[in-house]
Formats: sequence, C-alpha cells, structure tokens
Amino acid sequence: MSKSQKCRLRNILISAFLFLFALIFPFKKFFPEKTADILSAIIFLGAYLIIGWSVLYKAFRNILNGQIFDENFLMTVATIGAIALGDYKEAVAVMLFYQIGELFQDYAVGKSRESIAAMMDLRPDIANVIRGENIEEVDPEEVEVDEIILVKPGERVPLDGVVIEGESRLDTVALTGESVPQSIGVDDEIYSGSVNQNGLLKIRVTKPFGESTVARILELVENASDKKSRSENFITKFAAVYTPVVVISAVLLAVVPPLFFHGEWSVWINRALIFLVVSCPCALVISIPLSFFGGIGGASRKGILIKGSNYLETLANVKTMVFDKTGTLTNGTFTVTAVHPDLIPEAELLEFAAHAEGFSTHPIAQSIKKAYVKDINIARVTANEELSGEGIISIVDGKQVLAGNGKLMATHMINPHECHLNGTVIHVAIDGLYAGHIVISDTIKPDSADAIRGLKANGIRRTVMLTGDKKAVAQDVASQLSIDECYPELLPQNKVEIVEKLLSECKESDKLAFAGDGINDAPVLTRADVGIAMGAMGSDAAIEAADIVLMNDKPSDIVKAISIARKTLRIVHENIIFAIGIKLLVLILAAFGHATMWMAVFADVGVAFLAILNAMRCLR
Amino acid sequence: MKKVIKLKDLDCANCAAKMENNIKKIPGVTDASVNFMMQKMTIETDTDDFDALMQEVIKVCSKVEPDCEVLYKK
Repeated sequence: MSKSQKCRLRNILISAFLFLFALIFPFKKFFPEKTADILSAIIFLGAYLIIGWSVLYKAFRNILNGQIFDENFLMTVATIGAIALGDYKEAVAVMLFYQIGELFQDYAVGKSRESIAAMMDLRPDIANVIRGENIEEVDPEEVEVDEIILVKPGERVPLDGVVIEGESRLDTVALTGESVPQSIGVDDEIYSGSVNQNGLLKIRVTKPFGESTVARILELVENASDKKSRSENFITKFAAVYTPVVVISAVLLAVVPPLFFHGEWSVWINRALIFLVVSCPCALVISIPLSFFGGIGGASRKGILIKGSNYLETLANVKTMVFDKTGTLTNGTFTVTAVHPDLIPEAELLEFAAHAEGFSTHPIAQSIKKAYVKDINIARVTANEELSGEGIISIVDGKQVLAGNGKLMATHMINPHECHLNGTVIHVAIDGLYAGHIVISDTIKPDSADAIRGLKANGIRRTVMLTGDKKAVAQDVASQLSIDECYPELLPQNKVEIVEKLLSECKESDKLAFAGDGINDAPVLTRADVGIAMGAMGSDAAIEAADIVLMNDKPSDIVKAISIARKTLRIVHENIIFAIGIKLLVLILAAFGHATMWMAVFADVGVAFLAILNAMRCLR
Repeated sequence: MKKVIKLKDLDCANCAAKMENNIKKIPGVTDASVNFMMQKMTIETDTDDFDALMQEVIKVCSKVEPDCEVLYKK
C-alpha cells in the first residue's frame, strides 16, 4: 500500500469510529434533547469532514479548472444535499462507503498494474562486460556491438549475441512461452531476455540494446494499449454522453415532479442525489482497458505478442484462416525423405552424394550432408563444379559423380528413373552409370495438424493454404492436414490477390487472419485483417508488418492466441453489461423511490471494484 | 516526431481519457494517447518547439488532474 493509501485508510478508520460513536452513544441520557441533537450533529459533521474534505477540496478545485462533471463534484453535491435535507447519517455513511470503495479500487488497479508489469519485466538491469583485464558492470544500453559480455548462471541475458565460450541451458520461457530449456554452445545465437541456467557463457554482442530482442518486445507490448479497440472507444464515447445525461435527468427529477405534480421536494431531491452518485462511468472506464491490457500481458507470457487491443478484438472474430505453407505449416527446411538406390547399397549412394555436394552451400546440399550424418572427408573430392539450375559434377575417390536434376542427367546421356514421391529429386550417376536418386522434401511441423483441428473446433469456418510450391506438393500437404482450400504455384503478388478475393467473400463482421513466416509475406500480412508472423525472432520485416507476432514456430500458438482473444472479449462484454446493467437498474429503482443512497454507492465503486477483479481474469 | 513521456500519480482512468482528448486539441499535436496502465503518454507532433508544446500539455494535464505529474524535463 502506498503512503497516500495508508493516509486514506487512517482517515477512513477515524471517521468510521466517530460515525459509530455518534450512532451508538446515548446523548439523550446525558444532555437535554436540544443539546443532544446539536452534539450528535457536530460529531457526524466532524466525521463527514474527516472523510470528505479531500473530495470537497478536489471538487472545488476542479470546478475552478472547468471540470464540472467529475466524481468528486457529484459526491459533494449528493452528500451536501443529504446534509441539507437533515440526513447527516446518510451523508457520512455514503461518503465513507465511497472512500472505502475508492481505496479498494485504487489498490486493485495498482496491484493489477504491478502484476502485469512484473510479468512483462524482461528488462535486464546490468551487463558484465569484459574490458581489458576487468569485468565491468554497466547498463546494457552502454554496451557496444562486438564487445564481449559474461553471463553467469541464473542471470538474464542482457543483449543479443553469439556464444564464443561455454555451454549451458537457456530458459526462454519469458520470450517464447516454451518451458523446455534449450541447450546452447559455441557459435549459437543467443537472445536477450532468456535466462542462463547452469553454465558460464561468454557472448559477443551482435546488436545494440535498442535493437535487441528484449527491447523490441518491451516496446511492442508497452505500446500495445495505445492502439485502442472498438470496445474501448465505445466506452470513452459512452462515458462522455452517459454522465451529462444522468446529471441532467437528476436535475429534472429534482425539479419537475415537485413543481408540476405536487411532489414533495425532499423526496425528489433525494432521488436526484442518488442519480448523481450513479452517474460516474468509472467502472467501465477502468475495467475495459485493464481487461485488454491483461489479455495482451497474458498472451505475451505465452510467447504471443499482440500489437494492440484492436487486434485482440479482430482476432476474436476471425472466421477465415489463411496460411502460407513453407515455414508456417511446414518446417521450411529441406530434409531427405527417401533414398532409392539402383545397383549400389543405400548407404553408399548417400555417401557418394554427400561427398559430391561436399563443397556446396546450397540448401539441397546441406540437407544431403545432414542425412549422411558421418563426417565428410573433403580430401576424397578432387574436383568439383557446380552448374546452377542443374546440379554438381565432382570427382570422388577418382570416380566422376553427377548429382542433380533430370536436365543434368539428360546432358550426360543418362536415363534416370522417375520417382513416385513428391519433392525435389536428386539423381546420382557414378562413372556414367545411373546409381539411384535421393528425394528431398519439406516436412510438416508436428503440431500443424493439431493447429488446424483446434482452429476448426474453435469455429474457424474456412482454412486456406497459399504456396508458391507445385500443385502436387501443395495438395499433398493440404490433404494431410485437412485444410479446406489450397492455392498452389503463387507468386508473392498472387498471394495478395487471393487474400483480397477471400476478404471480399467474408461477411462484414467475420475477419480474416493470415499467418506467414514473414520474409516475403509482408504485403499479405498487412492486407489481411490480422497478420500473424511466426517464429519471428530476429526477423525485422515480419515484426514490422505483422499485427501479432508468435515468438515460437508453432502454428498451434494461433489457436492459443484466438482463445485468449475470445476470453478477453468475453470478459470485456461481461463487464460492460454488468456495469451498465447495475447502473441502469439502480437508476430505474431510484426514479421510483426504491433505491437507497447505499445502493447508489455500490453501483458506483462496488461495481468498479468487481469489474476490476473480473478483468484480472484476463491475465490467466 | 513522436515522444513518450512518463506520468506520475495518474490515478483515474476517466481523467486519462479526458487528458487525451484535451491534448489532442492542442494546436501542433497530430496525435496523442494517454496510457493509464503504463502511466505514460505518447505525443505525435510536427512542431519544432517541443518544449513550448510540452508546457501547453502540462497545463492541460494539471487542469484535468492536478495530482498527476508530467515527468518532462527540458
């Protein structure tokens, strides 16, 4: 509790004590009737001033500043009105209840703000830089690129870099939501914000702090609540209309019945005062942004960064989900999926192919070498020529090895066997004889099928896959994942056209989301209602263009993001309906004389407090 | 130019909304947003004299919520 909150608590206690004393003490036993009345009135007034002076003061000051309809003013009018009607007890009780409610509300907002902030607290405080012989503790912002920093076990990695010494396990849960630690060694890239678990690491810094992963995430999440959702804008507009309308009705209620319909002044003024107490829109104005903030905070904890409350709202209404294939639903890296040898054994075919590709850095060569597993003895390769668009000609162990596509085989008069599998086929010929082929293809991510199933279970009506890949490959992937539609052989600009066509087929209230891995998907990411970039750590273009960034490579995180969005929206709607409903109910009851001032204060601060508690559920 | 300025003791969400609206009306401010949760405001402006603009912003803020302090130094 802060100092000012403690001070308010003290005032509440003193005032409550005086209030109870005046209520219980039998003045009439000790004093004549007149004196007793005056004494108790004085004590009530004392209690009122102790608890209410700050409200009175603020109301006065704000009127001087031209702010009329604020809650201080409304409470002042309501309670002074009660005193004028001779109802001291009610004035003190209402003010007390109001202040208790305010204190609770303040405390709850403060707490939730703290807990959200703590959850997003990735900011590293210090970096240990090795400068000459010494290790200096400095602010991460002062570390320059290419300096060497030391990260001890248990410390948060302060800057992005490359490991140059040491081995360890990294806890990346704060970045990606992934709880399995990642092992890391020399030459591995390391992201700031992760926590070094057990080994001492020396890291060469590759980016200044301002461009580091952690700085970027913090900036993104902290700015997220600047982009307001439709619900928030609605509430702001609603509040701007609601308060004056209620205040005007209060005035009418106080004046019209007594003047024209022989109503009793004190009765109608009392009802009008109740209107004034209910007229503050605070419950809504606090709890709605808090819910969105909580939702965004909770999502970031799971490695899902949402750039604004508005996107959370749109995401909740997504009915069409469009995916890019490569890198999103599939791993985007090529792996050897089949080896079909002719003449020689499988292992030997792979061995020759791997050595033939020994010098190449082409992705196909990389994947063949990876499949070979064993070390490549580069001395066995005596000549090597790479023909772009065809393949490779190498001399391995003195034998001429051709590895490449059908075109390469054709120019060397070799007749290859066709393959029934989808993917890229690398034919191998040794000394002019066909030796077999190796099939390389992209593999589907293990959780892609789960993701599609989860999306369908969550009411996504249409799943679509876009790809630049060949028709056969695309259809294969689409049917394995049971994706509804697939558009193959697209160029980047075609993808935008297709998304525009799909958008025009959506109903107004239904939204379309596009998930891609970012690099050449930027135009589509911007065109869709919600652009989701996957596995985007380190890819600037994707973070720029997307509305939602998944730190992980997992398509199933999209399902998580959608359910977080839906939950947040549900809580927002609950709060809107609850707060407006209770207020309207009390207003109606008050107009007919069935509401007390107590109920009014509950409809103001009590509702706000409950709405805040409800909003906090968004965090989980 | 876009600047982020921290706020202290911004205790009322309704006041934050009012501040935002009033800041947006200041000539030279192209966009403004007061973030109640993060206790900060973002001001976008095309003015050259940012200090003068900030004096105006501080005046507007203290009118709405005198207890809230704008942490801006020249």
